[in-house]
Amino acid sequence: MTINKNVNGTELTLAVEGRLDTVTSPELESVLKNSLAGMTKVVFDFAALEYVSSAGLRVLLSAQKIMNKQGEMVIRNVGETVMEVFEVTGFSDILTIE
Amino acid sequence: MNELTVDAVVENIEKVTAFVDEQLEGLGCPIKAQMQIDIAIDELFGNIAHYAYNPDVGPATVRVEVVEDPLSVVITFIDNGVPYDPLAMKEPDITLSAEEREIGGLGIYMVKKTMDDIVYEYKNGQNILKIRKNI
Repeated sequence: MTINKNVNGTELTLAVEGRLDTVTSPELESVLKNSLAGMTKVVFDFAALEYVSSAGLRVLLSAQKIMNKQGEMVIRNVGETVMEVFEVTGFSDILTIE
Repeated sequence: MNELTVDAVVENIEKVTAFVDEQLEGLGCPIKAQMQIDIAIDELFGNIAHYAYNPDVGPATVRVEVVEDPLSVVITFIDNGVPYDPLAMKEPDITLSAEEREIGGLGIYMVKKTMDDIVYEYKNGQNILKIRKNI
């Protein structure tokens, strides 16, 4: 997994490539932990994300809860496999998917 | 039939996934089904790595078989750890809001929804979990 981070004022964009799973999710969790303070908008670009397992969902849920308090979070360019995971788990109702 | 036995640690998920993918590719498995199987491996082998032998480390075997009519792949996960039936877990409420959400049980729920069959048995001191996916 590769995470490309871009900050523009108080807007954080994270482009995540590869697989968001048991092994890689702690890395995203750590990037978020160090980056969310002061942000009013977080954008996840999942164009190159192959798949997400429940370990990745856990990290996204915790980011969503934080951003519910301090701004907004959106997810862009979701591919078919990842979208199916969001739909099966009801995450498509929790997350803002553009 | 092919099988791989490795230490049940999260660091080996990648090795197990590569082992299974190699065989799926040989079968001409559609990419979508392969991704769903890869997710299932992450969930199921990840569970074994986290809970079966905690705090020790023990072995897990992953077996891949091809079944005809309908053409499907059967993947069996075997460990000698504490008896644990993931299918007995309560299904998560997937209609709750972000604030009310609990993540427990979500992985196995996804596996149940994306695989065509899933069977658990505890036999001769082994947890045996079998998933089948039509390809």
